[in-house]
Amino acid sequence: MSNDTAIKVENVSKTFRLPHDKNNSIKGAVINFYRRKRTFEKQLVLNDVSFDIKKGEFFGIVGRNGSGKSTLLKLLAGIYSPSKGSITINGKLTPFIELGVGFSPELSGRDNIFLNGALLGFNRSEMEAMYDDIVSFAELERFMDQKLKNYSSGMQVRLAFSIAIRAKSDILLLDEVLAVGDAAFQKKCVDYFKKLKKAKQTVVLVSHDMSTVEEYCDRALLLHDGILRASGNPKEIAAKYRLLNLPTKKSEPETPLKLFGDVTIDKVLINGSDEVVVGENEELTVDITYTPKKTKKFIAAMSISHSDGNHVAYYDTRKERKIVGHKGESYRATCRFKANQFLEGAYRIDVDLYDDDLIYLANKPDAARFSITKTSPAKAGHFNLQGKWQIQKN
Amino acid sequence: MFKRLYSKQNRALLSELVRTDFKLRYQGSVLGYAWSLLRPLLIFVILYVVFVKFLKLGTGVPHYPVYLLFGIVMWNFFTEMTMQSLGSIVGRGDLIRKIRIPRWLIVFSSSIGTVINLLMNLLVIAVFMIIGHIGIMPTILWLPLIFVEIYLLALGMSLFLSAAFVKYRDMTYIWEVILQAGFYLTPILYPLSRITNLTFQKIILINPMAQAIQDGRYALITHQTLTAHKIFQGGWDEIIPFAVVVIVLVGGLVYFRKQSKYFAENI
Repeated sequence: MSNDTAIKVENVSKTFRLPHDKNNSIKGAVINFYRRKRTFEKQLVLNDVSFDIKKGEFFGIVGRNGSGKSTLLKLLAGIYSPSKGSITINGKLTPFIELGVGFSPELSGRDNIFLNGALLGFNRSEMEAMYDDIVSFAELERFMDQKLKNYSSGMQVRLAFSIAIRAKSDILLLDEVLAVGDAAFQKKCVDYFKKLKKAKQTVVLVSHDMSTVEEYCDRALLLHDGILRASGNPKEIAAKYRLLNLPTKKSEPETPLKLFGDVTIDKVLINGSDEVVVGENEELTVDITYTPKKTKKFIAAMSISHSDGNHVAYYDTRKERKIVGHKGESYRATCRFKANQFLEGAYRIDVDLYDDDLIYLANKPDAARFSITKTSPAKAGHFNLQGKWQIQKN
Repeated sequence: MFKRLYSKQNRALLSELVRTDFKLRYQGSVLGYAWSLLRPLLIFVILYVVFVKFLKLGTGVPHYPVYLLFGIVMWNFFTEMTMQSLGSIVGRGDLIRKIRIPRWLIVFSSSIGTVINLLMNLLVIAVFMIIGHIGIMPTILWLPLIFVEIYLLALGMSLFLSAAFVKYRDMTYIWEVILQAGFYLTPILYPLSRITNLTFQKIILINPMAQAIQDGRYALITHQTLTAHKIFQGGWDEIIPFAVVVIVLVGGLVYFRKQSKYFAENI
């Protein structure tokens, strides 16, 4: 392994045995052995994952719930051991995965600081030395002799975070740190991340929050159903992640429409594929292929919805020259548009076909998807307003 | 393994885990730490009334009350350590699932807690020895070795039990029954001399706990105690109890090492 690599993961797979019935007894084991029956199924949580992380890199791991990202982090931390493949760690790793691990509700805040510190590898005298800083950073001076169970959850997180950021090691593993806490706490997290990044600390961050990943990570990888879908530029990874998060709407509309089957929509492609990730300066091309069953004029339409469910655009061929569709022949309607009309996010295209009298003939919901990578300067909302400001003194 | 045991991180973690266990043990009790002294005292009073005053079991054994109590203290050391370690891995499941710490450290820390308790109990024994005017014999120097033997036996058992408990939750019940049987098969309440059949005596002394308890009483209280050395008369079979200790320790270590890789996913 080359010297500037911090973590090397080679062909790692992880399988869990999931018992069908909770079978934690010897009687159960004996009976099953006797029957030679397997009462568990194997679940492949990670499938042949390989990547490496360089020293000094801020590396993100993203994926939906159940995609295997926490399992991957636990494998990196050495909590699980891989079923196949190997993981090589070059340097010292913090064992810390989540905030407040090992907190004991029956102990005082003070005792918990020392216990948690020990889990991070600090002995008592080292902890004494930073005790005051930890307490004041957490803003909990008055509460240190109270039992932890009497703390609010926000106080517990503040305390855990104040200890956790003391961790010193070559590689830091962080899981969903920013998922909790109020605005003031999140500000502290952000400052901490900035500090880490400035210090060229190697960090592996698992997160759902794409803006954090885009802002801090040098590289990221996307896991989906245990498979490494993509790795590289965090902006692209975030855009791909958003695509995965589009609500799937394969079902019929709420009130079933009576569709006249005068035409079939064969396929819909965006830039030649089902889904695509593009930058703001690129162009998108949507191809709708349809085959009429009756000879008549058709109108093709696409509706574009944002991943938050809002319908953001509708565009059809009504303005264009209409050609007559002949029965049995195949036609293609192509629409080109600039990506920068949309803001950062993932979008879904639903395709509908009408005839000249706007009688609804066929539809294909969720026909194609696209995701736009982060636009700069950052804008928010659904609409890329292209206005001009002018400021003058009255 | 032993080099890693002395690393700074492990020492810090061990001391915090032991402290936590100790603080949590008497959490919410009015008398707190005093219980670790009060418990053996109260047990002693009960045993004294039942076995010395009512049953008169120990007639002929010098200093029988302390002899009895000392046996109980040694047996309890073994019982407590194995029972507490048994649940230790599962009890610390939150740590094991989320943090990479040496797994054996958890079993080890719970065993240290029992050693502290043992020292308190020995303090009570010392008080009774003074009250009972029992002179200290030079053989007391053997005592630490005897406790090391019990400790290693209990540690081997603890490693095995704590790892097995992750997979099989019946372990508690099975082990309770075994301990109960062991309590009566070990000459704790009754003097070994009450059993007159030499073969039975030998069978009983194969058990390392019986051998250790008898040797401990011999070393501390009275040389009249029947020890394994006296029963086996220096034959080769005298080493059987020690061999059992080695087998249990090595077996426990091997099983624990093999299983510990999967603790995080099996808990």
